Parts: sequence; structure tokens; C-alpha cells
Amino acid sequence: MKQFQYVRPATLKAALDVIGKPGVKVIAGGTNLIDLMKRGVTAPDKLVDINHLGLVDHQSLKDITETKTGLYLGSLALNSVVSENNMVAKRHPLLAMALKAGASPQLRNMATVGGNMMQRTRCGYFYDTTMPCNKRVPGTGCGAMEGINRMHAIFGASQQCIAVHPSDMCVALAALDATVHIAGKKGERKLPFTQFHRLPGEHPDLDNNLAKDELIVGIEIPDNNFAQNSYYLKIRDRQSYAFALVSVAAALEIENGIIKNARLAMGGVAHKPWRLFDAEKALTGKQPTEENFAQAATLAMQGAIGHGGNSFKLKLAPATITEALKHAAGLV
Amino acid sequence: MENKEAYPANDAAQDVKDSSRRNFIKQSTLLTAVALTPGTAIKAAADHIDEQIAAVFEKMPLKMQVNGKTQNLSVEPRATLLDILREQLDLTGTKKGCDHGQCGACTVHVDGHRINSCLTLGVMMNGRKITTIEGLANGNQLHPMQEAFIKHDGFQCGYCTPGQIMSAVACIREGHANSEHEIREYMSGNICRCGAYPNIVNAIQEVKDGGMAV
Repeated sequence: MKQFQYVRPATLKAALDVIGKPGVKVIAGGTNLIDLMKRGVTAPDKLVDINHLGLVDHQSLKDITETKTGLYLGSLALNSVVSENNMVAKRHPLLAMALKAGASPQLRNMATVGGNMMQRTRCGYFYDTTMPCNKRVPGTGCGAMEGINRMHAIFGASQQCIAVHPSDMCVALAALDATVHIAGKKGERKLPFTQFHRLPGEHPDLDNNLAKDELIVGIEIPDNNFAQNSYYLKIRDRQSYAFALVSVAAALEIENGIIKNARLAMGGVAHKPWRLFDAEKALTGKQPTEENFAQAATLAMQGAIGHGGNSFKLKLAPATITEALKHAAGLV
Repeated sequence: MENKEAYPANDAAQDVKDSSRRNFIKQSTLLTAVALTPGTAIKAAADHIDEQIAAVFEKMPLKMQVNGKTQNLSVEPRATLLDILREQLDLTGTKKGCDHGQCGACTVHVDGHRINSCLTLGVMMNGRKITTIEGLANGNQLHPMQEAFIKHDGFQCGYCTPGQIMSAVACIREGHANSEHEIREYMSGNICRCGAYPNIVNAIQEVKDGGMAV
């Protein structure tokens, strides 16, 4: 690992003063960043440790708190802590399920909410510094497009990049209409979770819409009526501790045998958590039956493109959507 | 052996308040560079003189408790907890397997919680309490989990074993050892290439069912 300078600001303001500068990277849990630094994929001159920022708006960035309209997760709350939190389990079991499906217990004890969001959208070619990768070195080409692309995107890819965002937590938060609270030198701004991550387009080097001089301070999840009927289904090569081939976060609000509201998002299929707005609309007002779920899944797959190695996902994805919805509706 | 020394709360905030520019300049010689506090670095950054520190500042002070003993160390910011334990403290029980957080051989407890020491920077452990496999036994008396691994033959080559045992103890403490399925799920961050998994699960179940304090 290349030598770097390490600084430990004690306030949000002190952190914001340093982070925008060239060569500076922020570290929270470090589970992705240290890995990338060891591989030489990234080599910052300075690391800013944000684990000691003290109180921001009178609360610790590690806190999980109730607000008037929902639940607020501080950006430094650990993945393990959020997944075991009683309020999360009661109100948003979908999020707890997704978190527990991600990484390993050790990594969840290190990784934070904000860090999970900021982990790189990536693939094997991004990690291999002997290979071309538009995300790692813009303009060098994409090794995966015609290479080994079994894990790669079937939605929203560009000629530049077909990597996927590997987070499970983010898939649940995209489905749950969460809002990202972001601090910058000019104050705080909010962004819908679904607009936080971006598609590769012509700039695959950018994974998200956070400016270099901004920090995520928290996530707010609005109250909903999905707790009774939600499910996170993750399909992977081994039963635990592997990235998703395809994952689905499904949440239904069922009233008198009719779907009043539906939320669906997929992981492992795009450069960002992939929300299925059309399928959600199609399910609204319908009965929660396997047939209706399969129809919604077919609708969700419009525009999907296989690249050879990952073409099996064109069948796996709709099957996973249907299965996740069956679990959510209690049909399994 | 329990070290009763009280640890101050991680005091980066205090550092910033206490450090003056004069202090920084006074300390900023090669001889005393290692004594610089991280807070001083922040202050220096605010004064736009961080480039100067980078030149002299190759190591940082690190105070942490390892297996009950306070360690005052001087480390490079890039040194991982794993490398510090093995290379500086000679605690080679914690193993370097993949060195990328994928195998769990480097699992240790930080303030009672299991983590991958290979993906943890030593400088970020200031003020924390680390327990390694060497700190599990009580003198010559092995920890119940160590006894159970021996009894159930929970290893073959033994390389993953320290990580497996640290994870297994945490697994019970977290309350995630209530069934074979749950144990397998919550031990999934520890890979055993010899495939001793059934015996590892048996060892954990015995300790869990025995109700012994872990």
C-alpha cells in the first residue's frame, strides 16, 4: 500500500474543510477502500477518518433515531447495528433482511451505512490493474463488455461500463423511498435514494452524485405499511457471503386482498440499485397472485440486455422477482 | 490478566483544542515527529501546512490495549492491525490468509466485536481494546471454545483455526448460534479450505448447549 497521510478531524466542519481537495479520500469502516488501496486500484495521498466527528445537529452520526415522519439512520451507524436494531426490525424488516444478506458478520461490524453506499460499483476488471477499465482509468476501454461478464449488468449499462453495484442494503433503501441527507460547506441538502447512485453513461468513473467536498450524514426512511409483507431474496453462487447474481427487494401493502402499494428494487443487475417502477404500477390494484407477480416480472424485464456470460440473468431475474413477491405476499 | 488502566475516550476533539500553532512548530522536528497527535495534523491542515508534516510524518503514535496489556506504539498510517499484531507485537496467532477480508483467518475482537484485522488500519484502533487468539485462554486453561475445537477435531491444517475460534466465540455472544443453519450462516465469513465445517459446527453447538460463559 502506498504511504499516505492520515488525519482525524473532530468536527464536521473540519472534515468538510479537507475532503474536497485532490488526492483526499474519506475513510469510515474502510472495508472496500483498504481493499482497493492494497490492490493499487486507488492510492490517496491523504485519508480523512470521519469516525470522530462528534455531534452533528445534536446527535451522533452513529445514532438511529425516530423522526416525526420516519426513521433516521446516522451515516456512521454500523451495518451490524442497523440490522439488529429493534425499530428497524419492526418497521423495516426488509432493510434488516437485506443487511443480513450482505458481506460477512465481521465486515458488517466494520462497514457503515454511508460507507456501504460509497463502496465502488465494480467488477473483476476494475480490480485488475493490468486490465483496461474505463472506471479505474477513463478512456482505457471496458474489459468486461466482451470478456468474462457473468456477474455484470443487464440494465442501464453503457458501452463504457457494465459493472454492478454490489450492495444489498442499498437495494432495500431504494425500494423503501429513503432520502439521503448530505452535508456540504454551503449546508445540508437532501437527495432521493434512487437518485444517489448513477448509471455509467460516459462517466463510469463516477458511481454516484455526491460531490467531492460533501459527506453523507444520514438516511431517512419514511414510515410505510410494508412491514407485514416484505421480503429480500438474494440469489448467489453459494448460500452465504457472496455477491448477488440477482437480488430482489419486494414490499407490498395489501388491503382486503388487493395490492394497495408495491415497491420493488433489484440488485446485481445494474450500475445502481435498480428500482422497478413500471412493475410496481402494474401490481397496484391487483390481487397478490403468482400470475400477477409473473406478469409484473415480465414487465420489469423490458429493456434488459445480456452480454453473453450474464445472459442467464434474463431468465433468473424475472423468476427471482416472482419468487420474492410470493414470499412477501405470504404465498410461500 | 486484566489491565485495569482506564482508557480516555478517543480524544481527537481534545487534541484539536489543546494544540496551538506554536506547539505544532515546536514539535515539528524530525526528532519529535512521532509524538505529534493526530489532532495536530488537523490543525496543521487548517493552517495549510499539511505538506510540511507529510514530509516528516512517517509514523504516528498508537495506544491500544491488546489482550489486557496497554501498548504504546509508533506505526505507519498504512499498517494494518493484522500486520501490527504479527510484526510489531509478535502475536502471530492471528493469521494472514487472503489479506483482503474474504477468508476470516485474521478475525480478532475489537471492544468485544469481531472484525477483519487485515482491513483495519492500526491508527484507527487508538484507544480500543483488542483480543486475539492469544488472549482467549485463562493462563494455562484453554477457553471452552478451544477445548471444543480439539475435542471435535474442528480443523485439519489449522491455519484458519484462530480466526474460526474468534468468530465462533463472537457468534455465541451475538446470540447467533441457535441452530446448525444459523451457525453456518453466521460463520460464513470464515473459510476452511480443509473443509472441517461439520466439526466446527459441532464444536460451537457443544459450547452453546453447555451454556458456559464465553
